[in-house]
Amino acid sequence: MIANLRRLIGWEGFLFVVLILVMIVNTGRAPAYLSLSNQINLFQLSIEKIIVALVMTFVIVNGEIDLSVASVMGLAACLIAVLFESGVPMPLAILAALIAGVCCGAFNGLWVAYVGLPSLAVTLAGMIGYRGVARILIEDRSIGGFPSWFTALGQQPLLGPFPLSLILFATLFVLALVILQFSGVGRLIYVIGNNAAVARYSGIDTPRLKLGVFVASGLIAAMAGVLLAARLGAVRGNTAEGFELDIITMVLLGGVSIFGGVGNLVGVGLAILVVLNLRNGMSLLNVTGNVQTGVIGMLLILSVLLPNLTQMARERLQRRTAQRKEVQIETETPVSS
Amino acid sequence: MTTWRQRIHPEQLREVSLVVLIAAALLIFGWQIENFLSARTFNRIAASVAIVGMVAIGQTLVVLTRNIDLSVGSIVGFTAYFVGSQLAANNAMGAPAAVALAAAVGGAMGLVNGLIVAYGRVPAIITTLGTLAIYRMLLINYANARTVTVDSLPAWVVELSRQTLFSIGDFAVRPLMVATLAAVVVFQFVLGYTIFGRRLYAIGSNPDAARFAGLPAQRMVLTAFTLCGMLAGLAGFLFLARFGTITAVAGQGIELESVAAVVVGGVNTFGGSGTVLGALLGAFLIDLLGQGLLRWLGISEFWRGALLGLLILLAVASDAVILGWLRRLWRGGAEVDHDR
Repeated sequence: MIANLRRLIGWEGFLFVVLILVMIVNTGRAPAYLSLSNQINLFQLSIEKIIVALVMTFVIVNGEIDLSVASVMGLAACLIAVLFESGVPMPLAILAALIAGVCCGAFNGLWVAYVGLPSLAVTLAGMIGYRGVARILIEDRSIGGFPSWFTALGQQPLLGPFPLSLILFATLFVLALVILQFSGVGRLIYVIGNNAAVARYSGIDTPRLKLGVFVASGLIAAMAGVLLAARLGAVRGNTAEGFELDIITMVLLGGVSIFGGVGNLVGVGLAILVVLNLRNGMSLLNVTGNVQTGVIGMLLILSVLLPNLTQMARERLQRRTAQRKEVQIETETPVSS
Repeated sequence: MTTWRQRIHPEQLREVSLVVLIAAALLIFGWQIENFLSARTFNRIAASVAIVGMVAIGQTLVVLTRNIDLSVGSIVGFTAYFVGSQLAANNAMGAPAAVALAAAVGGAMGLVNGLIVAYGRVPAIITTLGTLAIYRMLLINYANARTVTVDSLPAWVVELSRQTLFSIGDFAVRPLMVATLAAVVVFQFVLGYTIFGRRLYAIGSNPDAARFAGLPAQRMVLTAFTLCGMLAGLAGFLFLARFGTITAVAGQGIELESVAAVVVGGVNTFGGSGTVLGALLGAFLIDLLGQGLLRWLGISEFWRGALLGLLILLAVASDAVILGWLRRLWRGGAEVDHDR
């Protein structure tokens, strides 16, 4: 337990050092980097992804994965656009998008929690299927021209210099932190992620909790889709396509184990900061988008590979010292007998 | 009474049920849609199944070991572009050299995946999600916004997708499909009858037991990923032959199509069961239903994604439910049910 705790602190410490390094390099490259407006802008550009990363942490800690979030985001955005286009008032359209998100999440969750299908397969189907529904709705058009209050919510500052999405993210982060790290429900999510069978035998309603996590994932993804529509001001069939890579990367980089039960939101928060600042720094250096994605991909692999390699090296070292001790004992035995 | 039960396992009924499903779909579509059972439909399906099927063979090998390879789409795109640009620069390059180049490039990419997964102990989904982005990045940088065009390629490459080896009635048998069928036959044999194949199943169905039994699990996983990369490389060559015009986005989404084919084809995502023949039938069924339903219901191409998603879910669900039911039936007949 203590060793585990130390390893976690170690990982977060490592992320913190990386973050400071990235920030120092960025500041050296561009003095404007540390300005409040650039810092807000840096959040603003990926705000939808990092909001979904929060709920993805719940899903992965719970021992599952949700590959369909980006498609749910796209579906919510397309639904709003199509409803708005056909004359539905904007608040109603937003409500419909959020309900659609809940439905998608519940659909995923029912198959995973109550039928017992692997979440990888179910949400892969969801990823293709929900994107497909979005395409049925919007076909190959691009819909924009939203009311100005709606796009202003996505683009303009709401409270002081902070836009709505950033305030939402901060609120959700605190909320998620309290639920996952300090509440009974949070403990249960960890227990299920660690060992679902044990959780079930100790009387935890595992399926209901799993379903709840997937519903939350769908709802938050839909909300992020609404924010994305507001920020971009126009929606297409491929809106938010491929976002799942960035979202999952942030969570795993934060020290959350893909096998569930390990990791916490502080780590994920730090990982989010690292990824955002790294991307911002690369943009300042005129590195193109696809190279940025490639670098994030490398970061994803390294974030698991490096700790593994150090652990393997440590194990090998321990084995060698143990062998040396055995040899010593063997040579000592004849003397004692 | 129990002899047929002992001889046939529930898992072996998968291919049979797929064939039945395909036959039913063919009958229904043939009856409902005018001119559906024509050579044109067959050729169109065969051309796209050839590419996805080739990738699905490799994906099967990887999924059998309880892993997954999401980078295959990027590997297909990279090899298609790389081999295409090499052929464009050097028109004298022969077919064997081009195919070997495609397999080597793909194999090298698969080897990297395998090393990270098997020896770095990084989960396959993380590794290949990362290399999906990395290989695509390599391609975009290498392509530098240029395009491989049909005109720049030697004539024999483009001919591959039009040539008819022989025809049965109106059904033309093209080299692309033959290549994929040959690969299916080879790997069906390898998985069923060689030590390597049987060990692959052993590792997937119980990794711990396989390790305790002394199987070289790491080396096997590495080999599976390398072969998967090679097959994706070959698929990249088929992609080049089929389309001729290759841009930096080539092959995007094939990873999902191959996983879908494998899952619909009855390969268990928890490893240990399934065949490459099943994966090919899965790819065929998906394409058949895609083409047929779109024409039957008179709906637009935009419905494709939603239908495909639903199909995968149904396949996984029915697989789990039916297999569980069959196993219970098998056990119930043969002996007393120990579970209850």
